[in-house]
Amino acid sequence: MIGATSGVKLEDYSRREEELSGWAILIETYKLGDTYYCSISNADPGARISRAEGSTRAEAESRAKEKAARFLQQTRKFPI
Amino acid sequence: MTVTTDVLVSTDWVAQHAADPSVRVIEVDVDTTAYEQGHVRGAAGWNWNTQLCDTVVRDIVPKKALEDLLGKTGVDNKTTIVLYGDNNNWFAAWAFWQLEIYGHDDLRIMDGGRKKWLAEGRDLSKDKPTFAVKTYRAKDPDLSLRAFLPEVQNVFGKPGAALVDVRSPQEFTGEILAPPGLPETCQRGGHIPGAKNIPWGKNCNEDGTFKSLDELKSLYSAQGISSHKPIIAYCRIGERSSLTWFVLRHLLGFKNVKNYDGSWTEWGNLVGAPVEKP
Repeated sequence: MIGATSGVKLEDYSRREEELSGWAILIETYKLGDTYYCSISNADPGARISRAEGSTRAEAESRAKEKAARFLQQTRKFPI
Repeated sequence: MTVTTDVLVSTDWVAQHAADPSVRVIEVDVDTTAYEQGHVRGAAGWNWNTQLCDTVVRDIVPKKALEDLLGKTGVDNKTTIVLYGDNNNWFAAWAFWQLEIYGHDDLRIMDGGRKKWLAEGRDLSKDKPTFAVKTYRAKDPDLSLRAFLPEVQNVFGKPGAALVDVRSPQEFTGEILAPPGLPETCQRGGHIPGAKNIPWGKNCNEDGTFKSLDELKSLYSAQGISSHKPIIAYCRIGERSSLTWFVLRHLLGFKNVKNYDGSWTEWGNLVGAPVEKP
């Protein structure tokens, strides 16, 4: 490997399940440097739906949820 | 994970060995921006969407493209490759599967993947390392690890082979056509007739590590999946099923396991293909 790398401390990590637009979602948030990163996945199977950044946890999560809600509302259910 | 296997390494092991000259750690995520946010110090980042497939024809990465990618990543044929990624290593397993197809000898997966690394609060690097380019010679693809449509059409519904659908129960039954929030990529919902639904997530613990060997054995034997007959795993596009393929082949040691990467985006769009619901 050429060149040294500098480390960034990961802080304030959280991962929790919530419901959004009728679907179970996973919200993963952490802080790197001055930025909070939020990623939202469907709880099952666990695929990422949206991500966002913000200067605070609330800002990053709010932005990610807003995007995720738009996508989740388009998911159709069929009778089985 | 309590399975004793040389294809899994722990986050501790990676923290201690990531800088070893004979080791190359590579992150492969579903979220292709995750690597840029921060990664294991010294790890390379591969994009599954552009670097681990043929970008013209729907196919796995061509041999020459993989040789170039590995060479640029500073990997030669003797390098120990350690793969990890988000979503409990979905695309790390996808990369593992393709690297085994092309005959790389020393492949490992970091148990727990990016999720565990983050949850443990380990340091990340935002710097993108550069590597001295090496020459890599891939073997001809071992297609015994890969199932194509004609083979699946030939075996479904017959007792001589087992199909494992690793998607969620709602995808399996056809209640939804794609995971919630993702674009629908098929015309019909349901599953290949005779397939057993064993969602990929059942292979993993909450922290992202793989379950114990006993738990995995019980999970599959309860559905009649054993080493006694060929197994074909599938999902929607083949990445979740590559994780199940990894479990069956490398953790449980089943020899005849294939990943059907055409998966539901192929079968669920075929005119006239039989579909079972729920």
